[in-house]
This record gives sequence, C-alpha cells and structure tokens, in this order.
Amino acid sequence: MNLTLNIWRQSGPSDKGEMRTYPVSDISEDMSFLEMLDVLNEELNAKGEEPIAFDHDCREGICGSCGLMISGQAHGPEVTTTCQLHMRSFSDGDEITVEPWRADAFPVIKDLVVDRGSFDRIIQAGGFISANTGSAPEAHSVPVPKPAADRSFMAAACIGCGACVAACPNASGMLFMGAKITHLGEMPQGQPERDARVVQMVNTHDEEGFGGCTNVGACAEACPKEIPLDVINQLNQDLRRALTHGR
Amino acid sequence: MTTTAPAPTTTPTTPGADPAAPSEARREPNAGVVHGLYTEGSSIADTKAPKGPISGRWNQRKFDSALVNPANRRKLSVIIVGTGLAGGAAAATLGEAGYHVKSFCYQDSPRRAHSIAAQGGINAAKNYKEDGDSTYRLFYDTVKGGDYRSRESNVYRLAEVSANIIDQCVAQGVPFAREYGGLLDNRSFGGVQVSRTFYARGQTGQQLLLGAYQALERQIEAGTVEMFNRHDMLELVVVDGRARGIVARDLVTGEVETHLADAVVLATGGYGNVFFLSTNAMGSNVTATWRAHRKGAYFGNPCYTQIHPTCIPVSGEHQSKLTLMSESLRNDGRIWVPKNAEDCDKDPREIPEEDRDYYLERIYPSFGNLVPRDIASRQAKNVCDEGRGVGPKVGDFRRGVYLDFTDALQRMSAETVAEKYGNLLDMYQRITGENPYEVPMRIYPAVHYTMGGLWVDYDLQSSIPGLFVAGEANFSDHGANRLGASALMQGLADGYFVLPNTIRDYLAKGPYPKVDEKHEAVTEARASVDHRLQKLLSINGERSVDSFHKELGHIMWEYCGMERSEEGLLKAVDLIRSLRDEFWRNVRVLGAADTLNQSLEKAGRVADFLELGELMCIDALHRRESCGGHFRAESQTEDGEALRHDDEYAYVAAWEWGGDSGTPVLHKEDLVYEFVELKQRSYK
Ligand SMILES: Cc1cc2nc3c(=O)[nH]c(=O)nc-3n(C[C@H](O)[C@H](O)[C@H](O)COP(=O)(O)OP(=O)(O)OC[C@H]3O[C@@H](n4cnc5c(N)ncnc54)[C@H](O)[C@@H]3O)c2cc1C
Ligand code: SF4
Ligand code: FES
Repeated sequence: MNLTLNIWRQSGPSDKGEMRTYPVSDISEDMSFLEMLDVLNEELNAKGEEPIAFDHDCREGICGSCGLMISGQAHGPEVTTTCQLHMRSFSDGDEITVEPWRADAFPVIKDLVVDRGSFDRIIQAGGFISANTGSAPEAHSVPVPKPAADRSFMAAACIGCGACVAACPNASGMLFMGAKITHLGEMPQGQPERDARVVQMVNTHDEEGFGGCTNVGACAEACPKEIPLDVINQLNQDLRRALTHGR
Repeated sequence: MTTTAPAPTTTPTTPGADPAAPSEARREPNAGVVHGLYTEGSSIADTKAPKGPISGRWNQRKFDSALVNPANRRKLSVIIVGTGLAGGAAAATLGEAGYHVKSFCYQDSPRRAHSIAAQGGINAAKNYKEDGDSTYRLFYDTVKGGDYRSRESNVYRLAEVSANIIDQCVAQGVPFAREYGGLLDNRSFGGVQVSRTFYARGQTGQQLLLGAYQALERQIEAGTVEMFNRHDMLELVVVDGRARGIVARDLVTGEVETHLADAVVLATGGYGNVFFLSTNAMGSNVTATWRAHRKGAYFGNPCYTQIHPTCIPVSGEHQSKLTLMSESLRNDGRIWVPKNAEDCDKDPREIPEEDRDYYLERIYPSFGNLVPRDIASRQAKNVCDEGRGVGPKVGDFRRGVYLDFTDALQRMSAETVAEKYGNLLDMYQRITGENPYEVPMRIYPAVHYTMGGLWVDYDLQSSIPGLFVAGEANFSDHGANRLGASALMQGLADGYFVLPNTIRDYLAKGPYPKVDEKHEAVTEARASVDHRLQKLLSINGERSVDSFHKELGHIMWEYCGMERSEEGLLKAVDLIRSLRDEFWRNVRVLGAADTLNQSLEKAGRVADFLELGELMCIDALHRRESCGGHFRAESQTEDGEALRHDDEYAYVAAWEWGGDSGTPVLHKEDLVYEFVELKQRSYK
C-alpha cells in the first residue's frame, strides 16, 4: 500500500507544533500501525530528519503506553490499541492524520508523546486498598461471589491508556476513574475505604484539569478494553453515597 | 579443555567505554586463556543460606538478620530501579516499613513495567485442590524443571513464600479467577501434574502488577517513596567497594542526574531483547545490569535463554516483536504438523486425521502437549527443520506448527472455550487476520525469558556489597529452564518477602559514610555517561540503531538460540566483534542529548547488548552439555534429547568483567544437592 501521512511534529512543550506530510510506500497489511511508523522513522533517519517520537513498549495491547489520534479517532478506526491496529484496516491511497492525545491534563512533551502523570496522581489519591505486606489474612478467608469477581475483573482490565479522555469532548477522566472505583468497590476488601476513595479521586481528577462528564459516551466507544459506561454510573452512585455519609 | 579455537583475537576496545571500570578485575594478559576467550578465576560460594533442614532455613535467616529501629528507618535510603513485580513490590514494602525509597522506571508510569504482559498465571503451593501439592512438591518440581542448575535453598524459600503471595494479592484486591462458591480457582500449567496456578483470565501479570503499582502509589502519596518516571539508569556508582547510587538520565529533559543512597536494588527485568525479536517489551534492556557488571557485579549463566513454544510466528521482515500466547492453550489445544511435507501448504482442515503427526503426544505419551517449554520448543524446531513446518514461507522456510482447538470445541462448546481462552484467541485473530475458531492456529517458539542475570547470594546481594538484584534481573531460582507461572512468583517473592528482610540486615550493619556528590567515583560515573552520550551523537554514520540491533539479533538467534554448537558459537563471537566495531564507527543517531531523544535511548541499549551478546556466546561455548534452555548439539542422547553432564557442569557460571581489553573471568559456584536427587529429566 501507498499512503499519505499527516503527522503532528512538535519539538518540545514550548514549541507551537505543526502538521507535516509524509508519503510512505510498500506498506504491508500485516504491519501494525507502529511498525508502519518504524518504517517511516528509518527513512527519516536515513534522510537526516529526526525520527517521530511516540510512546510504546509492549506492542501487545496491554501496557497502555501507545496512543495516537488517528484521523480523529482515539487509537484509530478499530476498537483496539494503536500497537494492535494493523494496516489491513486501511486501503491503498488513504490519507491518514496522526496526532497526540489532546487534553489539558495530558500536556504534549514532544511530537506524539504526552504526559499522563495525572492518571497516576488520581490513583495516588485513593485508587488502592491499604494492605501492608505480610499482614494479609489467608486468601480463602474472604470468599468473593463469582459475579462480583467477574465484574471487578472486567473493570480492572483498564490499561490506563487515556483514549477515553482523548475521545471525550470535555476531556473527562470519568471512565478511567470509574473503572478503578468499580474494580475495588466490587470486592469485600475494597469496602472500608470506599467512601473516602471516591471523594479523594474525584477531587484530584478535577484539580488535574480533566473536564466533567456530560454523558456523551464517546469514552466507552473508544476504549480498547471495552470498559462499559456503567462504571461511570457506579462512580456517581458511590460519590452520592459518600456525600450522604458526610465524607 | 582443548583449544580448538582459532588463534586468540584481541577484543577490540569499545570506544566510549567506561573509564571507571574496576581495576582489580584486570588479569595477567592471556594468562591461562581458554579458547582465546576467557580465563578461569577462583571458585565462589553462597555463604548466606543457613545450614540444616531446608524447611527451616528461611526462618533462621530472617531471625539472624539484624533489625532496624523504626525511628532510624527514615534516615536510611534505598534506590530501586524497576517497577515491575519485583521492583514495585519491593518499593511499596520498603516504603511501608518506613525507609526512604527512590524508585525509577523508564516508562511514563510504573504501571507499564513489562510484568504487565504476563498472561498465564502464578504458581503457589496452596494445595486448594487437595491433589497432592505441597511446598516440598513445588520446590521439587522447580528444581527438576530447572534441570538441576538452581540452588536448593533459594528454590525452597520461593516455594515456601508462594502461599503468602496469593494472600497478599487477594488482600490488595487482585481479581483472581473464582469458582461459583467464591473461592479461588486454579489450573495446571506446562510441565506439572497438579493444579497450582492462580490466574486472572489471560491477564494475570497485569492484575498482579496493578496490585503492586497501587501499593506503590499509596506510598508515593504517603511520601515514603519518591518516584522517578521516564528515567533511564545509565551507570552504577560504586564507592569504596560498595554500591552507593546511580546515574540516570531524565528522558524528557535529557538531564543527567546523580542519585545516592545507602543501598541499590536492580529489578530491571530480563535481556531477551538481545535477540531483537522476542516477546519482551521494546524497551526491555540489559543496561542497568550490564553497567553494574562492568563495575564488578558477576553475571550468572548468561547463555540460559528460555524459548517459549506458543508464540505467533513471524510474518515478515518489518516485524518488531513477537507475541506470546499463554501456554495454558496447551491444556486444551493439540499440537500437530502434517506427516508428509507435501501437505504443508494445504488447508489444515483438509488433512485427514491419519496424515497428522501429533508429535508431542507421540513422543511423550504421559505428558503429551504439556511437556516443559524447552522440550516443546525444540521439538517444534525439529519438525520444521525436517521440512514439515506450516504457514507462509519467510525466506525459504516455513516456521510454524498447528495448535488446534477443533477437538476442544467439540468437547466443550465454543462458549466454554471462549470463557477460558477467548481473549487469547481474539488476539491471535487480530494479529494474523485468521479465525482460530475455524482454522487451527499456528505457533512457533520465540525468545521469552532469560534465566541468566546478575549473580546473587541467598540475600539477593550481588558480588558488589550493597547492590541487590531481584526478579528476572538476577540469575537465581530457575536454573537452566523456567517452568511456567514461576517468574511472577519469583518477582513477588523477592519484592514483597525476601528483599525487605535481607536489605534490612545490610542497612542495620551501617551506617555507611555519607557520599558527597563531588566524590571522585561519582564524578567519574557521570563523566562516563556524558562521554558515551556525546560519542553516540557525534558518530553520525550511515546505519540506524535498529539495523544494528536486527543484525545482532539474527546472529544470536542463529548461533546462540535454540541450538548451539562449538563451531557456530566461535563464529558468532567474531561476527559480534566486528558488528560492535562497526557500530561505534558507523551508527547514526540524530537529535540532541538535552531533549526527549528515543534514538539515543535505543543506541545506548544496543551498545550494551553488543557487549552482552559476546558474553552469552562465550558462556554457551564453555558449557559443553545440554541443559534446559541451553541445547548443545554436541551433547545429545541417541534419540535426540538433551544430555546433561552433572559430573562436570553442576555449577553456576558467574562471569567477572575482565576490563575493556581483557577477557572475562569465569568463577564457578558448585551446586550441591542434599534434598533432590539429580536425575536425567524424562517426560517420556
Ligand atoms: C509475554 C510474556 C508473558 C509472560 N507470562 C508469564 C506468566 O504467565 N507467568 C509467569 O510467571 N511469568 C510470565 N512471564 C515472565 C514474567 O512476566 C517476567 O519474568 C517478570 O514479570 C519480570 O518481572 P521483573 O519485575 O523482574 O521485571 P519487569 O517487569 O520487566 O520490570 C522491569 C522494570 O525495570 C525498569 N527498567 C529496566 N531497565 C531500566 C533502566 N535502565 N533504567 C530505569 N528503569 C529500567 C522498567 O522500567 C521496569 O519498570 C511472561 C513474560 C512475557 C514477556
Ligand atoms: S478506561 Fe479504557 S480508554 Fe480509558 S484509560 Fe482505561 S483502557 Fe484506556
Ligand atoms: S505498546 Fe503497550 S499497549 Fe500498545
């Protein structure tokens, strides 16, 4: 395949940045999107132009590092991560736009790389169960009903990629946060800190510059791990409960 | 040993090499050089494991290790490089205990460490199924599975703490698979006959890592752990023979920083990326451990590479990585190739039963498709080498065997298969574009894990006092081969339970004198980092970093991969030397050092792989036996199985850096088996 790529180049946080156009040829449909960028980067390097910076590591759809806006869609036209998007999703002659996640809470570092440290700070605010090492009770002492375990697992599958934020017109982090609230809240182990957790996480979310949720639903549509919208309902329910408990 | 080698070639010096290499490592030039490649030094031993009944050793060691008063812990600092299961768990635990911890990773968040990719599961001797499991049996299976090249004391401890790991993770909210009654479920995994593997669908590593990550973030908030994301450790600081800090580059600003502490832990993962194509994350590297090796830490068994049998085969030249599919698929999938080479390009569904060779079931009737990884991998290679491989030709060769779910789909219904393996099958379809519910999947072995790593004693301390090494980065526990689901166990055992006890002993024996940033050892380490970075940027040659990495990977796979021979390894050493030489003359790294520069990051890592690759070949060359992840063509039984030589090789090969112009020095640690009888492994 031959393609035309319009790619966002920005040398650093203080640079304005611009779109640049790069034609690529001989792209095989078995390549992943990132392997296609590797090919382009090899060409740029040979020509003496600095390769395009983008985040990636596992290339298996699990670490959550990669993430690009591809022709306006988070991770591209399929519901998957950018590293697991294959070129067979495109056709010969396509023109493709590649941009970084855009959100105030995710400032651009360089080219397609953004800073998602705000996600870590939301987890720091309460996205954990306080269990000091060595003092845990025997695992079978607390049974977890299978439906709860399954729902918890479904929510725990979030990889922290940030596509939900990038897809949301308000750049809200509610899906990400709802996933953690649901993961921990479904388990008996997560109950003692449940109220405090939601209040602190929501406060941090707002301080970090994420927007509010207006039920657009674009987040769940873009999520490569298919985290459902109802984790946001769960979050809202937990928040109401915590506020009525007076936390 | 005979020297059939060509006349000794002198090791080309590495430009940009570290001016602060340890001086005591220099030997008489070529004194007793074997093969022209290495010398033998004095033997070594692990002096920390207590003697006596094996079941009491860890308790004894914990009791003997000195205590630190809670009020004093704040004043003691520990640097932990790596936030995978080993590093993340250690940082969280030491933070909780009240030490001042500085934690480092090269990714943008500790949650992205490579442990996240582990799919299959984690072993623990809980005996929840009452199927005959016990601490002793897990210990026994692990020693046997490692082909008797690991330490009994270490492995016993691993089995002993395994049950606590599950308790700890459950308390943190790790969503393990459960049965309808609400209790934990488990399954069996390659090479064992009991159900002791705990799992969270195909995402066990992710869920365990999130548990450790959340515990770590909690400590960051509490102020006990300082986190340095997007930081690359590029040098170890050794002062008066003790590890006292690191030099790291902030990958965003490019700034080179010094961090000093009372002890340093490396939990930086494995070095499988030396092969370029592997199942490891793209950033996985050997830099941290290699830099420490150059500063005096011994490197144990570098040639032991685990090849995983169930990976998706290579589809073309562009490929940047290989994807593993959990070997739990082998529980229900059947592995076969056509009996006749002429059938290899046929649609597999049209090949009748009698023309299929279920070779693992045929050769190993009692284990069948569940034989250990090294055996499953080598047999897959054998049938492909015989010309019976399937799938597209890459070059002029088909590298693939079928992993067939047809029987399972008939036996259990598509829903049950999807429930058990769905995400793996979907992943396969996404990558290959083929539907595994209709057409048998294709698999081929790929580099997956490295059993070698920095040599450590029972306390996980390296040969440099104050430098501890945990998880895949150390060499211990798995011997020459790793059984499935035991690396996650080791990472968490090291991080949650072992290190917090053994580091304490080291710290309690301090205080160690405060090190000044202006100390000569610190300024030298920094200068060597600056020098290397500048050197890499200034060469401005013709070839990209990736092209060197791919070429190195090709050499390693061809000559130091699934099967090695004397002739091939000698050739590989020469090829690597000239490639390394060319690298330092002809690599092209654009951009600057004072910004985010991903080519520069890669260049430094490949430079270290180019040195490690040579040591791996030398180690493979000296070990004239077949053992676990090391199959020497010259050492096999009549029916082609690996042939060990316990009389000669029941030792750990711990390599000392010999200096830029010297040769590596081999120290042997004899392995003594008091509890497990050494037997030829047989799965027939
Ligand atoms: C695809 C796959 C599947 C697997 N499945 C299983 C399984 O089912 N069961 C099992 O038991 N094992 C499995 N394994 C093996 C297991 O996952 C690993 O051995 C284990 O997770 C390693 O953990 P670790 O903590 O030692 O290192 P890692 O998780 O690799 O962490 C390394 C850390 O070091 C940091 N780091 C590295 N170099 C530097 C540097 N120079 N500077 C700063 N930071 C650095 C990284 O940022 C990272 O935080 C699997 C491995 C792979 C590749
Ligand atoms: S909720 Fe989905 S889109 Fe958002 S961070 Fe998690 S995995 Fe990514
Ligand atoms: S690179 Fe890890 S999810 Fe894409």
